[in-house]
Amino acid sequence: MDAHGHAHEMPWIRRYVFSTDHKIIAIQFLLMSLFFLVVGGLLAAMIRWQLGFPSEPMPGGMLLPDEMMAPTPAGAIMLPEFYNSLVTMHGTIMIFFAIMPLLVGVFGNLLIPLQIGADDMAFPRLNMASFWMAFPAGLLMLASFAVEGGAAGAGWTSYAPLSASGEYTGVYLGQQLWLISLTILGFASLAGAVNYITTIINMRAPGMTWFRMPLATWALFITAILILLAIPILAGALIMLLFDQTIGTGFFLPASDGEPLLWQHLFWFFGHPEVYILILPAMGITSDVLANGARKPVFGYHAMVLAIVSIAFLSWIVWGHHMFQSGMNPMLGTTFMITTMVIAVPSAIKVFNWLGTIYKGNIHLHTPMLHALGFVSMFIIGGLSGVFMASTPVDVYIHDTYFIVAHIHYVLFGGSLFAIFAGITFWYPKMFGRLMNEKWGRIHFWLTLILYNLVFWPMHSIGIQGHMRRIYDPTQYEFLQPLQPINQFITVCVFALVAVQAIYALNFIISIWKGKKAGNNPWHANSLEWTVPSPPPHGNFELVPIVYRGPYEYSAPDVEEDYWLQDAPPPRETAAPALEPQPVAD
Amino acid sequence: MSQPAASTADRHPMPGMMVYNVKLGMWIFLLSEVMFFTALIGSYIILRFAHPDHFAEPGAVLNVPLTAFNTFVLICSSVSMVKAYAAITQGDQKGLRFWLLVTILLGTFFVGVQVVEYIILAREGFVPMVELYGVAHEIEGAALYGATFYTMTGFHGTHVTIGILCMWFVLYRAWQGKYSADNYGAVEIMGLYWHFVDLVWIILFTIVYLI
Repeated sequence: MDAHGHAHEMPWIRRYVFSTDHKIIAIQFLLMSLFFLVVGGLLAAMIRWQLGFPSEPMPGGMLLPDEMMAPTPAGAIMLPEFYNSLVTMHGTIMIFFAIMPLLVGVFGNLLIPLQIGADDMAFPRLNMASFWMAFPAGLLMLASFAVEGGAAGAGWTSYAPLSASGEYTGVYLGQQLWLISLTILGFASLAGAVNYITTIINMRAPGMTWFRMPLATWALFITAILILLAIPILAGALIMLLFDQTIGTGFFLPASDGEPLLWQHLFWFFGHPEVYILILPAMGITSDVLANGARKPVFGYHAMVLAIVSIAFLSWIVWGHHMFQSGMNPMLGTTFMITTMVIAVPSAIKVFNWLGTIYKGNIHLHTPMLHALGFVSMFIIGGLSGVFMASTPVDVYIHDTYFIVAHIHYVLFGGSLFAIFAGITFWYPKMFGRLMNEKWGRIHFWLTLILYNLVFWPMHSIGIQGHMRRIYDPTQYEFLQPLQPINQFITVCVFALVAVQAIYALNFIISIWKGKKAGNNPWHANSLEWTVPSPPPHGNFELVPIVYRGPYEYSAPDVEEDYWLQDAPPPRETAAPALEPQPVAD
Repeated sequence: MSQPAASTADRHPMPGMMVYNVKLGMWIFLLSEVMFFTALIGSYIILRFAHPDHFAEPGAVLNVPLTAFNTFVLICSSVSMVKAYAAITQGDQKGLRFWLLVTILLGTFFVGVQVVEYIILAREGFVPMVELYGVAHEIEGAALYGATFYTMTGFHGTHVTIGILCMWFVLYRAWQGKYSADNYGAVEIMGLYWHFVDLVWIILFTIVYLI
């Protein structure tokens, strides 16, 4: 195939930097978003230092400039303005530049063409443009730390009027860079979404019907639709806010009759689909890995697909549950409460189907499987704590407390990030041709799982006791002072949790060169990406594959092995018997 | 067109949407455009309901007859776009070039009139800035009127401008003879985009100028 020839003649810069190959773009997204994951983690560690040891000199704080830290003889103490920036940027970077590109940018690019049997995306150059918009957007976001006034400090939700005028936060340019950076990232996401949807609709290999697609691809498809329709709403809101900031319009400023609540409506109309953008691909990855680890077909495949679709649909009519305490009409609150509760149904269907998948399975506890099990168990906790917030009477009490912080981290860290670890470990061979170290993978998993729960479980408790979110110094309130030992405990555990991630980082880096050679199908999985070499060549498939069955035919009685590749021709004896002419009964 | 590297002729992909990738991609992209204008138009409707005092009666500030004529021009440009598409499906190169040029000129006229309208309105004190609204001259309404007007029509005008730039590119390629009765995808998706922008304007004209 001439596509193979081309790859080897291309200069280095076209192969690895401005590459149009979806696998290389996936790796670029991977490196970018892992970098931002580290940045976001370090920001979180700084936040925790201030919460655990308020206004005590921060170790290493002298390295930071005076705009962030107040130097004292004993060391540098964090300034409240910088704390605001930290909270804002931790949320922004983790959501938009770590989790979202990890799930959508990395796995969307890597898996979609491979799992549907296509040679590349429908629009490879648009795909390349997507990365080269996302990366500068991230750099712009980071650069905002260095400008006068510091980085944006109005929270990752940037509620107006706090965000609409620099007079309130002292942040002028930083907030504008935040808006511009997210707008550019929005273009990148849109380019990706158009690509994924077109590719999945139009480029499936012969025999790859809709209901033979792996659930990872299904989830990414639905996610791409959510991105396509949600991001433009955010873009519109960002642009109006930018106009408020720069040319002096008054869309969101009450002083000039603007509507601050309008920002919240627009933001959450985008924001709630965004929540599912951050979890649906994780669910898809988990489904693939669980079936593989349990050596059983996914329980209720069709129900899984329908659950994804209905979650995506419902995600458009629940945004008001973020605004119960914003002064919205209580009648609307009840409506949004009901729609939100309804989402628990498809989510529970998925959870029970995962349990059904591993029930009586021949379970192989490899590292990706461990992470997938971690995802399911943490997602149950995060999902259940979500029901607390969804009911308006309870939300009155726990709104904007650490309970919500615990909830979002149970869903995004315990949920999405564990699935991401599972996915990276599982598909690592398709990116680098080698396997990650199994022993260190397990050590990393167990340490992360334990420390993660030590960090976030107590947050439920301090949240119930009234510890508010985004507070600079909790000890200023007498009723929060008894919680300080818990805060210190959480902080110590966060440092350990961040440190433990070095195991994963080292495992990841060293395995690129020293890992065990993977071969085509190290996990004995079924979907099409495992029929090609690791890493697959430019153009992926030697011949366009023909698909005969679904992706989860594990332990099928018709074949000797406990897996059955999607493109393996059916054995002759089990092929449908030819219809013999029957004697007509009189 | 959809399968540049199909290695074996007998292995066709699943039927999908039965349209080639670029056309499908354009339709999908236009869906996101719908949502973008929904955000702007939705905000306008909410702000207008919340603060009717900010908005003037139709025709009190804005020049409706001029814009009605401009709307007519834009609709004509959609017709000429269809003529360009119809020409190339018949392999008529000359017709393609002629009608593309007509579309570009009509589109440019539309944007030109909009710019002139902006300048006149701004001189009359109709601006998006809270501090400057009605300062130059006493006019009806208040700042939200200016802000929503310029944001919506401005983003529409930007879309028309981008369309014109892309159309110059299509025209350049047409001049090179890149399109034929078998290969007119670029002209078709150009048309899709152009008609979408036209449609958005009809909605904007109705809710901003007439209601």
